[in-house]
Parts: sequence; structure tokens; C-alpha cells
Amino acid sequence: MNKLISFVADYMRYVLKGGPKFFGWMGLLAFLSAIALYGFYLQNTEGLIVTGLTSQIHDGLYYANLVFLVGVAAGAVTIVFPAYIYHNEAMHKVSVLGEMLAISAVVMVMLFVFAHMGRPDRLWHMFPFVGIFNMPGSMLAWDVLVLNGYLMLNFSCGFYYLYAKYCGSEVNKKIFMPLIYISIVWALSIHTVTAFLVATMPARPMWHHSMMPIRFIVTAFAAGPCLIILIFSIIRNNTKFWIEDEAINLLSVIVTWCLGLALFLSLSEVVVELYARTEHANGLYYLMFGLHGLTNLVPWFWGSLIAMLVAFVMFLTPSIRTNQKLLPIACVLAFGGIWVEKGMGLIVPGFIPSPIGEVTEYFPTLIEVMMTVSLWAMGFFMLTILLKGAIGIMLGDIRYRADAAEKSPDFPTRGATATLEAR
Amino acid sequence: MLSVSSLMGTAALMAKSDDVKATVEWAEHFQGNYRLMTDAEKAEARARLAKRYSAQYSKKVTVDGTEAAPGVLMGYALNIKKCIGCRRCVKACVEENNQSRGEKPGERIEWIQVLRMERGEFFKDKMNQGYPEGLGIQVGGNAYTPAGAVMEGQYHYTPEAVPESDANYMPIACMQCEKPPCVKVCPVRTTYREADGPVVIDYNWCIGCRMCMSACPYWARRMNVTTPVLPKEDMNPVTHYLGNRPRMRGVVEQCHWCLQRTRQGRYPACVEVCPVGARKFGNLLDPESEVSVILARKNVFRLKAELNTFPKFFYFYD
Repeated sequence: MNKLISFVADYMRYVLKGGPKFFGWMGLLAFLSAIALYGFYLQNTEGLIVTGLTSQIHDGLYYANLVFLVGVAAGAVTIVFPAYIYHNEAMHKVSVLGEMLAISAVVMVMLFVFAHMGRPDRLWHMFPFVGIFNMPGSMLAWDVLVLNGYLMLNFSCGFYYLYAKYCGSEVNKKIFMPLIYISIVWALSIHTVTAFLVATMPARPMWHHSMMPIRFIVTAFAAGPCLIILIFSIIRNNTKFWIEDEAINLLSVIVTWCLGLALFLSLSEVVVELYARTEHANGLYYLMFGLHGLTNLVPWFWGSLIAMLVAFVMFLTPSIRTNQKLLPIACVLAFGGIWVEKGMGLIVPGFIPSPIGEVTEYFPTLIEVMMTVSLWAMGFFMLTILLKGAIGIMLGDIRYRADAAEKSPDFPTRGATATLEAR
Repeated sequence: MLSVSSLMGTAALMAKSDDVKATVEWAEHFQGNYRLMTDAEKAEARARLAKRYSAQYSKKVTVDGTEAAPGVLMGYALNIKKCIGCRRCVKACVEENNQSRGEKPGERIEWIQVLRMERGEFFKDKMNQGYPEGLGIQVGGNAYTPAGAVMEGQYHYTPEAVPESDANYMPIACMQCEKPPCVKVCPVRTTYREADGPVVIDYNWCIGCRMCMSACPYWARRMNVTTPVLPKEDMNPVTHYLGNRPRMRGVVEQCHWCLQRTRQGRYPACVEVCPVGARKFGNLLDPESEVSVILARKNVFRLKAELNTFPKFFYFYD
């Protein structure tokens, strides 16, 4: 118990320390996060009328980000899977960082759920025992279940691993490994269920096809590792923690495959839907070319398609894929492209035209945009803390010592030796 | 949770707040799902609401809780040939059911939409046109002439007079499906099918997730994106808990076949107001009822029947 208390104390002490760069970054994120508080206040006094959502288009930016971030959370499995199934040593060393990313992404999903709900004060209506949880009928209930399960799995795997490292002991494999295997399958389940959430509605022909789950998974396994590669290069450049090229290279190979598959699936959808061009293709047609003169999403669609194609070519070229200077550009392009394609590009056309044929457009308000930025900032705030703590433990900067009074400020030397050991 | 809620209620009462609205709303926060309440709890919840509404709208408001009568399955039939597109049903519905009626787009809620559909007009001079041109794929020159295209529906029409010669009309509202997709997707079971047929919503239990709105193939559901705008003088004080009682911000609502009327043996407001008698309502289990007779004798169809939602709202023509 004492160990646990000192773990928490040491962890907190470590993550609260930092230079001006760190505090500048955290200060910016904290400032942006404060905007969300105002947004939540407005949405829960004025109502969702402060957003661009209407009875026709009742899911927009929030839902789009929610869907996308579930993918990012699931994408963390691209580290865990090679690490524990293929015993990839480079990945194994950083697998805990993937778990930290998954935790932050799931928390962000929950924040977006709160922003999306009309009555967040009634959330308890979903809690088992005090409320009603519509299982197994409601796909949303399944989604809540798998997301919370994934959060708990990643939290326990990640922090158990870190705690063991902190204590200088080994993890108990009899407990740890089954949890890891479950979390790998679970990662697939969260995104599959999120795809079912939209795909099980015949009322929305744009979403109603069985390609949705696999498309969600490949886009997630492209966007997720892209973000991870970006985070890894930031970690390499700003901390003493060295992430090996092998890990990054494996991730970019995964992105190449999945991005290619994603583009292939998009192309298949376009051919299948537009060849016959039934009314069920109206949503896609609106997205690609506009409908009845309304063309809000057209530049976004083509922009995201171009971004994804350019990124794919860059990933396909080995000299670019392994170039640590150019790789982040490809990652940003792919990440941004998928964010548009799978977020706004998927959710909004589902409502255009409406089931009775009404064609309207969605205009996110400033509050909605600011809320979205702000919730992302909250997520990055949390991610920074989690990653910093995890790196501190991996480096050996945070380590349990029985004699707590002995603590001396000799972190740099010890950190340096730990880095050498790790290598 | 019950004990907590009763404690809260007691605390609120002991505080002897003069503000009825605040006290009642506080207690409302802790009430359970209406369907699962005991009769006593239901009565209590209704009394609480009646008190709040009466104070809020400065008139005596009743909140009815009449349950489904045995041997009744409500059904609706609409004669699309008779409809003249006057939209009196839309107006009557808004007035009867206490919908929001503000100026801003989000503050206006109508449950019935009358879709205006164009009559087909085929012209000889279009015969030589084709689309797409120059690709060798020729379709008939009149291919893009609309004719009763339901799914390109338009309900914002403002003619001098109805019916217009170049249009026919198709009113649409909640179809009260026997297999409602909205009920299946609701994560908290706040929307459910009543024993006598209509799909209802416990507005106090709705969390505003809007899954039901995505799932509905008939676009029957509306979101209260803000506190409904309902002037005191226009508020209909005869309400039903699962029916037309005033809603709150952030919840979904939809047609419930005027439960406050139909459970008392009256017609829904839209049926009563229709000047051409296009709308018929009755008990599907009673072979003598108007709806049953129509089903037996007329050409009847259901909208989007391929989705297997099995609406109890039928369209027919003479």
C-alpha cells in the first residue's frame, strides 16, 4: 500500500516538473480547455441551439470526432499487437505508450459524447441498477460497454506495467498476458461496434452497408499509427527516451497497408453506389458533387481524397517512408485526410438528404468549432501527462526506493544510465 | 436511488421553497422510468408535473395518465387522393400538442409534414435530349422529368391556393410502426410501444442521444434544441404524461396519435380538422371501425414497406 501511495506521489511530482517549453504547452492546452467549460455551460442552459445541429442534421462535428477518436483508440493496438504477438522488441519497449494513447483517446470520446448529448445531466439513466441499460437491443448500449471496457483494460494493463517497472519487479504474466490478449481483440470490438452504430440503420442508406466495420478498422489502423508516429518523433526530439527506428518503420508499413485498403474500399463504394445511381446514393453524390446546388462538403471530400492519395504515394516510397524528416508530413496528410473522410465526410452526408428527401446543409457554429478544438486540447493535456509519467518510469527517473528520505535531485545522471541500460 | 431521491424530496420540502418550479424540477431529476413506476409513483409524478405546469403557464393544467384499454389497437388510414395540401392538420397538431413555436428555425417544431409532389409532365420537344451526352449512353429525353418522386419531398410550399393543378400531396408523420426501429436503438428504453399501439416517449427519461432520430426511416422525430417556446395563452392545458405535456430542452418528441384525446374516445386533432375527410382513425381490432373497413375494401399501402417496420399508418386511394 505504501508503495502504491509513493507511486502516485512520485508520479505526480515528476509530471508536474518541467521547463518553460512544457509549461507553455500545458498552459496553452489548459487555456483552450477552459473554452469547453463555457461551451458546456451554454449547451446546458441555452441548449444545442448554440450549435449548428437541427432536427434534420442532428449529428455533426461532435459525433464525427467521436467516431474518429474511437478509431484512434483502437489504433493503439498496432503497437500492442506486434509487441506481444510477434514479440517485436522495439515495439515491446514502447507498447505502454500505445496504451496511454488509448486511454486518452477513449476519454476524449467520452468528452465528445457529453458534448453531443441533449441531456448530459441524465447520463445516470444509463447506469445499470439505478437506470436502464437497453441490452442487447441498443447498439449504443453495446458501444458504451465496449468503450468502458477498453478504457479499463488499457488502464489496468498500462498502469500495472508501469507500477511493476516502478517497483523494479516483473509483471505477473499469468494476469498480464491474458489481459493483453483480451485488449487486442477488444480494440477491434470497439471500432466494429462503433461502425455497427451507424451501419445498422436502413433509414440512412449512406451508412447502411456491411463494408462499414472493415472500413472503420482500416482507417483507424491508418490514422492511429500516424498519430503515434508523430508522437514518437516528438518524444525522440524532446526527451531522453529513444524510440528505435524499427518501431517507427513497422508502424509506417502498417499505415501503408491500411491506407491502401482504405482507399480501395472508398473506391469500391464510389463504383457500386454511383454506377446504378439510385436514390440511396444521394448522400454520397452530395458529398462528391453536391445536391440541388448545395456543395458545402465537396471541397472537403476532394481535399481529403487528395491528401490521402499523396500520403499513400509517400508511404509507398521506401525512401520517403524511412526518412524521418518527410515521414511526419505524410502522417499529417493521412491523419487529416482520414479525419475529414471518416468524420464529417461520413456522418453529415448520412443526413443529406433526410429520409423524406429534404436536402439541407450543416453549418457548424463557432461555439461548436471551439468546443471541438477545446475537447481535443483536453485530450492532449491528459495525453501529455500520461506519456510524460510513462516515459519517466521507463527511463527510471521515477523509481521506488524504500528509503524515501534519501531522495536526491540527481535525476539526470540516473536517467542517462537508465537510457543506456534500455538500449 | 429511490431512497436517495426521497431524501432529496424531503429535503426540498423541508426547505419550504416558495418556488414551485425549482422544488418540482429538483424532484423530477430523480424520478425513474415511467413505464417501470408503480401506480402510486406514476400518480405522484403526474401530480408533480401538473403543479409545475400550472404555475408555469398560469392556468389549471391536468396531466392525464389513462392507460391503454384492452382490446384496442389503434390504426390510421389516409386517403392520398383526397388530400388537398392545405396543412390544416399541421397547424392543428402544433396547437393541440404544445409544440415549440418560436421564430428561430430550431424553435419551430411540426410533427406532420405535407410533401408536395409534382405531377409528371412529358414533352415532345425533350425527346431528342439525352443524358449523359457524348458518352454513348443514351437515356430517354424525358428521363429526368419528376413524377410523384416521394423521396425528393418538398414541404415548404407557399401557393396562392391549394390544391395546385401541377401537384399532389402526401402527408407524413410518425407511422407508429409495429416493429419500430427507434425503440430498438434507444439506449435507455425511454421510447416504447404502448399496448394499444402508439410509440411514446417518457420525456423525463430521454437523455437526448438522438439515436432514434437517426434510426427513423420516416423522419418523424424532432429534437428540442432549446427550451420550447410555448406562450402561456396558447398552451393546451389538457395533457397526457406520455402525450402532449410540455417538453423540456434537449429531449426528442414525436407524434403519439393524440393520446390525451384518443384514450378518451376522441379523434386525433389532425383527423378532426381535415376539411376533406382524408384522415381516418380507429380500432384495428374492431371490424366495424372505419380503419378496418378501409383495410378490407380499399387499395392500401404502407410507406417504405421494404424496411419491415410494419406501420399502423396506411395510405389508401379510392
